[in-house]
Amino acid sequence: MEYVIEMLGIRKEFGSFVANDNITLQLKKGEIHALLGENGAGKSTLMNVLFGLYQPEAGEIKVKGKTVKITDPNVANDLGIGMVHQHFMLVENFTVTENIILGNELTKSGVIDIKDAAKKIQSLSEMYGLAVDPYAKIEDISVGMQQRVEILKTLYRGAEILIFDEPTASLTPQEIIELIQIMKRLIQEGKSIIIITHKLKEIMDVSDRVTVIRKGEGIGTVITAETNPNELASLMVGRQVDFTTVKVDANPTDDALVIKNLVVTDYRGVERVKDLSLTVRKGEILGIAGIDGNGQSELIEAITGLRKSKSGSISINGKDITNKKPRKVTESGIGHIPQDRHKHGLVLDFPIGHNIALQTYYENPISKNGIMNYGKVSELAQKIIREYDVRTQGEYTPARALSGGNQQKAIIGREIERNPELLIAALPTRGLDVGAIEFIHQRLIEQRDKGKAVLLLSFELDEVMNVSDRIAVIHDGHIVDTVLPKETTEQELGLLMAGQSTKETVTKQGDTKHAE
Amino acid sequence: MPNRVVNILVPVISVILGLLVGAVVMVVSGYDPVAGYSALWNGIFGDSYTIGETIRQITPYLLSGLAVAFAFRTGLFNIGVEGQLLVGWFAAAYVGIAFDLPMYIHLPLAIIAAAVAGGLWAFIPGLLKAKLQVHEVIVTIMMNYIALHTTNVLTRMVADGKETTGTIKETASLKSVFFESLTDYSRLHYGIFIALAMVFVMWFILEKTTTGFELKAVGFNKNASEYAGMNVNKNIILSMVISGAFAGLAGAMEALGTFQYASVKGGFTGIGFDGIAVALLGANTPLGVVFGATLFGALKFGSLNMPNAAGIPVEIVSIVIALIIFFVACGYIIRYFLVKTNKKKEAK
Repeated sequence: MEYVIEMLGIRKEFGSFVANDNITLQLKKGEIHALLGENGAGKSTLMNVLFGLYQPEAGEIKVKGKTVKITDPNVANDLGIGMVHQHFMLVENFTVTENIILGNELTKSGVIDIKDAAKKIQSLSEMYGLAVDPYAKIEDISVGMQQRVEILKTLYRGAEILIFDEPTASLTPQEIIELIQIMKRLIQEGKSIIIITHKLKEIMDVSDRVTVIRKGEGIGTVITAETNPNELASLMVGRQVDFTTVKVDANPTDDALVIKNLVVTDYRGVERVKDLSLTVRKGEILGIAGIDGNGQSELIEAITGLRKSKSGSISINGKDITNKKPRKVTESGIGHIPQDRHKHGLVLDFPIGHNIALQTYYENPISKNGIMNYGKVSELAQKIIREYDVRTQGEYTPARALSGGNQQKAIIGREIERNPELLIAALPTRGLDVGAIEFIHQRLIEQRDKGKAVLLLSFELDEVMNVSDRIAVIHDGHIVDTVLPKETTEQELGLLMAGQSTKETVTKQGDTKHAE
Repeated sequence: MPNRVVNILVPVISVILGLLVGAVVMVVSGYDPVAGYSALWNGIFGDSYTIGETIRQITPYLLSGLAVAFAFRTGLFNIGVEGQLLVGWFAAAYVGIAFDLPMYIHLPLAIIAAAVAGGLWAFIPGLLKAKLQVHEVIVTIMMNYIALHTTNVLTRMVADGKETTGTIKETASLKSVFFESLTDYSRLHYGIFIALAMVFVMWFILEKTTTGFELKAVGFNKNASEYAGMNVNKNIILSMVISGAFAGLAGAMEALGTFQYASVKGGFTGIGFDGIAVALLGANTPLGVVFGATLFGALKFGSLNMPNAAGIPVEIVSIVIALIIFFVACGYIIRYFLVKTNKKKEAK
């Protein structure tokens, strides 16, 4: 069997920490090979070794049967290895062509030959069905399109082997489907692909074989067709994992969050939430399902006080919080796990302990008369770190140094510890691995079982179906319908999310009581 | 090599490298570096008088350095320390001249007047930044010019058209008879205690108070601070005002300590601008500012002795001093090499 890439017995250490130990990965020509592991298992480290960013302490790398030493990314490029990064390396206000030729500019007597490059990019784009406009500016195109630019960049540089690092993390479901088609097309044209992911569904959909690593160790390689998600999950985590979140039926009581005829505009003054009404009751999890960009973010920002609403009202347990400042909203009993944990959730340069105190720093006992009691900050931090299984060296470690899952656990700990009446969880499991997702879902259900209200915003249908007690489907700023997870299907939800009402009698907009 | 050793080695090596390159410049220009550096040394530590004057020179640098560093910690670039210092200088001198009060009221009043003047001067760019997103760098630079010429006009008014006001009343003076006797009549004054107290104040605000927690949070991440219910605009303005108050105090040091009067100025004092370098040398920490101000003040004052004692022209002296500071500022290059050679050793 011909392998285009063989990584044999790779070991990589950082000081005393072993990030990779005895990992073997063999990539066949023309296959899609998935690299599966939890966050922090060492997937990225392994790929950075292959891409020449790190030098391994032991093991060898063969490209097409020949032992090579990849000392830096240029060597990797020359060997035909290209990387599509998770966080795109693109200059926002450059065009597609300018980005692709960056660092590799074709010149004619000292002048960059954009036209020639654009032509080449156009033909590559057509060949692989990427439909990228070489003259579009990066800031004007969608995230999915930007990713294709990254793919084109590697192809333009003659890559034969493409590494995709968590490629679906920021894509919409539709974009994911398109990406999978693109990957299959690439294979047909003779390329080979390694895809780094912890999403089992994608692996089952797209890959030929899977190599699993756990805590830095190579667990083995399996053929996708001969395995199933459950087996993969237990290989990855090292124990049995529950997919269907176990929970008893909800016992909803009084209304907690009541939103009436809410209108919210974005920064350009365009209405993003249009006359929306919604109720979340104590003791239930209300899931909001919808495609990204249908007003979800604006809705949450309006509830939490980060954005002013134009009209309508929001109240929590009978108290009006419409257009109140974030502090007032927080103090009214709302906990908020923000959509973007790096932007809103954490001060990345602060120690994780300070971040855990971010919502309570001004209150007794964390501070008294304006003087901080950092001893109490540490106490609180240690408690959250322990109870929420935040893996960190200690409370003084900068939040930036933690993995995404552990950052998220710290935020969830911080918000739940304040015992809020309503917990808003916006994309709480985005980019997290199976173990962390399970943990977070359990915490949300725990809140519900304590009689608190939970508002869950998610783009993942699985999550909405599994965790919610009721599902409100949002489309174009309206709640199109409210359904019960047991009585609906993914197909029905998909149609609703696309703005089609399934019932002949059109549901009165925003009336949420209705579905019971 | 442990991190602590590196942290100490870096500035030491930087200063040595700066001195070496400075020596090369002197040799190339045909002067004796040994004579030059011994003149520099004597200019700083030569006798009790020069030591007194050196500390006197360090005093305003401490405060201008704190001013820049404090704003930096909240993510603001206060280039306006120079202007805030000038208005502080004038305010302190005016209060020192115009009032007849017992010392325990007069002196604190003059000092507070300087802090308030500096704080108000910095309030304007803070407000514009918070409310209208006008970049503070542009506003503070322009405010420097406004400060320079406004204080000049005001000084002339107070001085009845002359270039220099009268001397401030003794009840508002920081002059120290004790220090004079100790340092052979240098101009060293009690202001150094105020400056050192402010070092403590900055540390205390940032590290011990909820205000400091907010200021730092806003400096690192405005969005997360807003999410956590902090008033981002209030913190931006507050940070500028505190920074400006430090700068105003630097002016008070000159008005009430060193000079005892205000005078019409043809240009900036440079103390405010040097404060930027002092803050950066000190990595924007209070203790670092003490280090940076000491280096700056000592070199500034000590180098005055080089033309006299070693016959080196002022221009060459400026180059040598700049080189030393340059190498200290480039400490990260030295750090890089230290860490790299270290790694190689470990690998073997």
